[in-house]
Amino acid sequence: MNKLQKKILVILVLLCLITPAGIFLPAFFNAGDAWGEWSAQTVKELVGYVPKGLAKYSDKWKAPLADYTADSKDKSIVHQSGYYIVSGLTGAAITFVVVLLISRLIVRNGK
Amino acid sequence: MHIPDGYLSPQTYIPLYGVFVSVVAVAVKKVKQEVSARDIPYLGMAAAFSFIIMMFNLPVPGGTTGHAVGSAVIAIIFGPWAAVVAVSVTLIIQALIFGDGGITAIGANCFNMAIFMPFAAYYIFKLLSNNPAKRGRVVIAAFISGYLSLVMAAVVTATEFGIQPLIASDAEGKALYCPYNLSISIPAMAIEHMLIFGIIEGVITALIVNYFVRNEPSFIYAFRKGGKNE
Repeated sequence: MNKLQKKILVILVLLCLITPAGIFLPAFFNAGDAWGEWSAQTVKELVGYVPKGLAKYSDKWKAPLADYTADSKDKSIVHQSGYYIVSGLTGAAITFVVVLLISRLIVRNGK
Repeated sequence: MHIPDGYLSPQTYIPLYGVFVSVVAVAVKKVKQEVSARDIPYLGMAAAFSFIIMMFNLPVPGGTTGHAVGSAVIAIIFGPWAAVVAVSVTLIIQALIFGDGGITAIGANCFNMAIFMPFAAYYIFKLLSNNPAKRGRVVIAAFISGYLSLVMAAVVTATEFGIQPLIASDAEGKALYCPYNLSISIPAMAIEHMLIFGIIEGVITALIVNYFVRNEPSFIYAFRKGGKNE
């Protein structure tokens, strides 16, 4: 690994460690879901009903680390920050490896 | 900007899957020609960066949240086709493992953030800056490219949301998927991205492009690529 790669890696790890800002800032400023990313329950509160297609499709897929946490019922913001950091490190590492492998496959096949 | 499952009708998400698959097929060919072996680890890191930056949910005080995407800077440094591959992988992993964005909406989300956005960013940047020696101009062009491409991608996403009540409603006139129409979705998503998230995307793009143009100018695809291939 060269100097620039090391530098980028350090920055990425540091960024992962401060990702809980993505939990704290919205909590502090009393901000909720992203627009259009509400749960079926929240849509019901917003418009008075759950659209039928939304009821059918939402929550069909059970993601292993849904919402970047291992336990969405845990109310502790400290625990959630821990899960968030682990999710960030895990997700970033998987993304890195998959892009690396796919790009190698593409580029090698071409040359 | 990650559309969840159940918000888009099949009439919307199936064609967008088709567009996504077709563009990826072209992207694979382009990456083969354009990306050198040297760039591959950096492209992986760029995708990881995009993953991480999307976790920084920023608040609209008392309202919704949103985030930057990172597609603009990846498109400027590695080219829009490499950005298609890197950000698509990121979005698919977010959907499958972290439930961020729906499975049915992978085509739509990749179209918005991994296809439309990097191409918009790249051409806006190229339009505003073609000389790496004029650094002030490069940095301003990078900011505008990040800002505008995110806002435009938000409007495209809002359009996909907002056409749902027109496409699919039940006998009582209730929407089957996203219940809000264009007159609500477009202002809501455009304004929040214009006031907050777009600025963050712009700043990130400007900072990173500034670093590379100072220290590693040979990396920047947007300056390597000559006129005749555009």
